[in-house]
Amino acid sequence: MTYRNDPAALTALVRDAEVHRDVYTDPEIFALEMERLFVNTWVYVGHDSQVPNAGDYFGTTIGTQPVLMVRHEDATIHVLYNRCPHKGTRITTETCGNTGRFFRCPYHAWSFRTDGSPAALPLPSGYQDETFAHSQAAQGLTPVRHIHNHRGFVFARMSAEGPDFATYFGDSLSSIDNMVDRSPAGRLQVAGGVLRYMHNCNWKMLVENQTDTCHPMVAHMSSAGTAIDLWKQAGEQNPKPMAVEIYAPFMAPYEFFEKMGIRTWDNGHGHTGVHHSIHSNYSAVPGYFEQMVAAYGEPGAKAILDENRHNTIYFPNLMVKGPIQLLRLFKPLAADRTLVESWTFRLVDAPDFLLERTLVYNRLINAPTSVVGHDDVEMYERAQEGLHANGNPWVSLHRLFEPNEATVAVDNGTTERQMRNQFRAWARYMTAAP
Amino acid sequence: MITPADLITFIYHEARLLDEQRFDEWLDLFAPDGRYWMPLEHGQTDRRLTTSLMDEDLFLLRLRVERLKGNRTYSQKPKSRCHHVLQQPQIDVFERDHYVVWTAMHYIETRQDQQDLYAAWATHDLTLIEGTPRIRLKRVDLVNCDAAFGSLQLFP
Repeated sequence: MTYRNDPAALTALVRDAEVHRDVYTDPEIFALEMERLFVNTWVYVGHDSQVPNAGDYFGTTIGTQPVLMVRHEDATIHVLYNRCPHKGTRITTETCGNTGRFFRCPYHAWSFRTDGSPAALPLPSGYQDETFAHSQAAQGLTPVRHIHNHRGFVFARMSAEGPDFATYFGDSLSSIDNMVDRSPAGRLQVAGGVLRYMHNCNWKMLVENQTDTCHPMVAHMSSAGTAIDLWKQAGEQNPKPMAVEIYAPFMAPYEFFEKMGIRTWDNGHGHTGVHHSIHSNYSAVPGYFEQMVAAYGEPGAKAILDENRHNTIYFPNLMVKGPIQLLRLFKPLAADRTLVESWTFRLVDAPDFLLERTLVYNRLINAPTSVVGHDDVEMYERAQEGLHANGNPWVSLHRLFEPNEATVAVDNGTTERQMRNQFRAWARYMTAAP
Repeated sequence: MITPADLITFIYHEARLLDEQRFDEWLDLFAPDGRYWMPLEHGQTDRRLTTSLMDEDLFLLRLRVERLKGNRTYSQKPKSRCHHVLQQPQIDVFERDHYVVWTAMHYIETRQDQQDLYAAWATHDLTLIEGTPRIRLKRVDLVNCDAAFGSLQLFP
């Protein structure tokens, strides 16, 4: 109980350009993150294309809280805690499906409308006493307090008080907007299957790695470097294999990543790839630009497609890749255990080939069978182990630090400024009242 | 002439090459357009608009094999080892230059203190090249293909 009742001890874990290793290793800190950080912030739940029809549901977690996202009969999306108010039984029978007009608990057949309100229960004469009427059980499935659907992306905030959605995300929503705008119809659909990869490390290591531009040419030399070598040995045949097109930019020199740029926003959000990114030079897809021009006009289409952001962090645990319609959700399971889900999207009305390339990227980079994934996990798990060394309890985030750095900025692409930005937000939301 | 027994011998030999880490010899078992496919979904039929755990042509397979040898391949320091236990392979198709062999197996991959067990069905689509069986497609269906698991670095 070092930190629970000691806000000063909590904030002391985050220095200007260092963090204490307890933020990655301490089970009490993890418990407090679940009680405070994931309650006080807006956390991604799912995409509304996963529940297109009334009665469609999708079971997931916010932090470690089991929730379900459901489409109500009036087409609104609801996010409910996924437990029967009676005995706690999980309400959904599958990860996703259609429940019709009612959820019916498989244990005692209590049933609920798809907005969570109670519908019926068997033998109601057994509940005549008014203590039941006043209980939480009688109110039905408890809703998550605040939800917001931004162009299909559903977020939730569990706390009663806190920043509203627009204030919390601010200009960072431009990355999601750019991803959606890449569809000539302005719509995305979840497609292609989700890759789920278990990591024996703290969830924040993964979040930090998304804007760590000094690791690809080192940690991924074994995979991306070998891909380039093999392609050269084969005589650089044309057309360049898609795998080489995807892997090769990982081996770009430091200068490429320095010039790429990093932008930071308030509340821990930020992105790499302000000026260009590893996704900038993918081959053109026949017919797609014409579709975009038809939808947005030529200047509009160019403005959308010239934006090539690399990784955008939506603090605390979401990363979005607009140019290839991919998101990764870093689901915390324990201080030293994280489930990474990598989801992909179809651009509605765009050529299938764009989805096909996105799926190849996801498989080559994010699968538990991916060589790039193997490179990264090795580093996270070594860090999770190494941080137990008592000789130095601090993790360095000094790269390109300057005292009193502003929250909103565009900086050299190799700075660790976005990681510092995340930890400043972390300290704030860990000490705010849930 | 090739016999059903030759195909069964081929399947056992393939597993042995993997267990003995003779990966270059293993690559030679593939036809030039051969593929290794590990679906993500149970009963998956589409490889293009549904992603997979692995969907490798010879370029990507060779990339994996070369990477395993690399001096800076830190996820293989120390190296993984693997072990296949095969049921008797069953021949589903035996036609001229087209053979399909189905094999249930348990696959174990180990590294340091970690040992992972996967149950799987392997389906080999084979052809003959200069009288010798070669793999056109090795499909590996993990029984728990939709589960979340950690790094799988070698070849079931």
